[in-house]
Amino acid sequence: MGTDTLIDHFGVILVSFWGTVRLAVTAGLWSAALGLVVALMRVSPVPALRAAGTLYVTVLRNTPLTLVLLFCGLGLGATLDVHFSRDDLSMDNFWLAIVGLSCYTSAFVCEALRAGVNTVPRGEIEAARSIGLTFTQTARLVVLPQALRAVIAPLGSIVIALTKNTTVVYVVGYLEASRQMKLLFDEDGASVQVFAGFALGFMVLTIPAGLVFGRLARRLAVSR
Amino acid sequence: MRTSSGPRMATSAILLATGLVACGGQTSGSIVDKAASEKKLVIGIKYDQPGLGVKKPDGTVEGLDVDIAKYVAKELGVAEKDITWVETRSANREPFIQQGQVDLVFASYSITVDRKKKVTFGGPYYVAHQDILVRAGDTSITGVEDLAGKTLCSVSGSVSAKRITDEQHVKAKVQEVGGWAECVTRLLGGQVDAVSSDDTVLAGFAAQQPGTMRIVGKNFSDERYGVGMRLDDKKGCEAVDRAIQKMFATGAAQEMMRLRFGAANFKFDAKQPRPEGCG
Amino acid sequence: MNVLYETPGPRARLRNNVVTLLVVTAVLGAGYAIGTRLQAKGQWDSALWKPFLDVQVWTGLLLPGLLGTLTATVVSAVLALTFGVALGVGRMSARRWIRVPVGAVVEFCRAIPLLIMIFLVQAGSFALLGRSFSAFTSVVIGLTLYNGSVLAEIFRAGVRSVPRGQSEAAYAIGLRTSQVMRHVLLPQAVTAMMPAIVGQLVVLLKDTALGWIVAYEDLLNAGIRLIPATFSNLIPAAMVIAVIYIALNIGLGALAVRLDRRNPAPDPRIPGRAKALSPARIDSRGYAIGPVT
Repeated sequence: MGTDTLIDHFGVILVSFWGTVRLAVTAGLWSAALGLVVALMRVSPVPALRAAGTLYVTVLRNTPLTLVLLFCGLGLGATLDVHFSRDDLSMDNFWLAIVGLSCYTSAFVCEALRAGVNTVPRGEIEAARSIGLTFTQTARLVVLPQALRAVIAPLGSIVIALTKNTTVVYVVGYLEASRQMKLLFDEDGASVQVFAGFALGFMVLTIPAGLVFGRLARRLAVSR
Repeated sequence: MRTSSGPRMATSAILLATGLVACGGQTSGSIVDKAASEKKLVIGIKYDQPGLGVKKPDGTVEGLDVDIAKYVAKELGVAEKDITWVETRSANREPFIQQGQVDLVFASYSITVDRKKKVTFGGPYYVAHQDILVRAGDTSITGVEDLAGKTLCSVSGSVSAKRITDEQHVKAKVQEVGGWAECVTRLLGGQVDAVSSDDTVLAGFAAQQPGTMRIVGKNFSDERYGVGMRLDDKKGCEAVDRAIQKMFATGAAQEMMRLRFGAANFKFDAKQPRPEGCG
Repeated sequence: MNVLYETPGPRARLRNNVVTLLVVTAVLGAGYAIGTRLQAKGQWDSALWKPFLDVQVWTGLLLPGLLGTLTATVVSAVLALTFGVALGVGRMSARRWIRVPVGAVVEFCRAIPLLIMIFLVQAGSFALLGRSFSAFTSVVIGLTLYNGSVLAEIFRAGVRSVPRGQSEAAYAIGLRTSQVMRHVLLPQAVTAMMPAIVGQLVVLLKDTALGWIVAYEDLLNAGIRLIPATFSNLIPAAMVIAVIYIALNIGLGALAVRLDRRNPAPDPRIPGRAKALSPARIDSRGYAIGPVT
């Protein structure tokens, strides 16, 4: 078990990390969109929309991700017959995993955005309303531009958490980094080199992401 | 937060962690001696394989593995009520034996060359065969080669799917999941086309929901179920073999198989398999 | 958030009612569609749900599983809090040779996914000691390392939120560094960070479900493996345990809200008082200080 193990397996490790990146990026985009919609629902003037948004967030935020993903694989896939691809099993599992990861993460995105809305000073919103802007106009022109800047840093943490959470996709059966590491460990036993390869992979993904978001947050901060 | 400072807390955390590690004591000597002196045994079985080993809501366990374990324990002088049942999954059977967390393992435990390096096997008490489970209405799969292009469900850590794709060179798509019940749910839901495992395991699931699933009946491997115990426990192995010999000679074994497999319409092999030997 | 919109007038009320009707129809419609598809697959059969009316199913399978989840949660929480204080204090140490390695450990443990960590503990223990740690030990070690390092950052942020004047005053009356930390900084830090700490414990409770992957006998195991093995009711069982998990976490979350409320709002007349930090604070590396997923 020299450094050879890492070099031997370098190719498969890289491939598995490509799976991790694809999951993180795709789920990231979907959860941002979904999170924005749910956040708008939760601050909207219509009580029914607020209630629906609250229910969504409460359920998803309090269920373990493992269970959410199992529901996607078994509930959506096997029982409700939701399929994204009939021919390509890997594609099917990928999109079922994306549904689970996006729904779960969007609940956290929604809460971050809502916290961002709270940072917008009351006076500005009152001013916007007093010049006759509607809810949608107030949200689009006054609240969201400021709220989005305020939540860049929390969104960065969510992106990092999401990247790490892609490992839980293990239960759906899609090949990403954690499954590849388990396969390698099961094959030739644990090796420090192989683990170090995976650890490094995650650090390469998460630490720069944190730095970029931190920088963006500071540059775009609304000075008050 | 008032009484301890950082370094001391770190030490206590490490102590606690090592304390956790130290759980699960080491015992030595033959299980025959343990059974004779303590009149107690810890036996590892599966908890999720209907027909072989399953944990019932009332806390009891049942299945062929359980019946045979009870018989062998009785022959070793341990009454049913003095058996402590422990769940052993496919992945943790060897570690549990090596660490002394269980004395004997009856858990659809196939005797293999690799495993014999780590544990000693008594028996075998049954020879199962790998087979294929499909939906009752599905007539498109009648043998291994029909699995080409179909989706096959398998449990992580099991070799069943690898046998088909690697040894039989059939290009099936493999869906890996965490447990057999998941596989059966996916099969009935139509998300996979077949489940492959030992015929005994498949029969147990088929018997649970009669009429919904069919075993193809093309067995293509011999899985000799042995009784796992600590490596080099020759005395224990011989005692277990004697008990199994007696179980088949008196017809008790055949009776247990009829009870557990009869409902599944499963044609079981009631002959005693050739003993592995304890040498 | 009623700052965002006016008290609805007659037209707005009408519009709201229309939207409400649409939302209710959409939710009910979706529920009905899912319900009928489950019905078509026989998932509402009473035979699949009856087991949950049986006391024995609870006492024999579900509650022992729940106990497994709670044991792992409590043991890991205690160890992670201890470990977190140790790491947090170590990272603020005046001595470089303590500060730097502790910082490296914290950053490392936070960057590695928990599941990878648990796999490493299991496989690594076998490679090093010749035997695998039990699933329980592996899960507890993984949870402790990860949550401990997140909690370390929470404590550190809490200590930083205590105004300088407090520690200066403490030094001035002759307390040693360790005494200042113990008697002045940590108690205030813990109070200020209480919501974040409890929030992290909710995360920890949810993460025990990962133990299922390495064969730990928790609530998820009871629901996904043990119960369906007898009753072939995987989907209903998964729904039941989801409800239990949600109830548990809402309970813990409510505790966090109560603790937050007990925490006094910063009094503008006393400039030197530490104020509670919102969980959404962020450190220089882009990580949240406080619970995230």
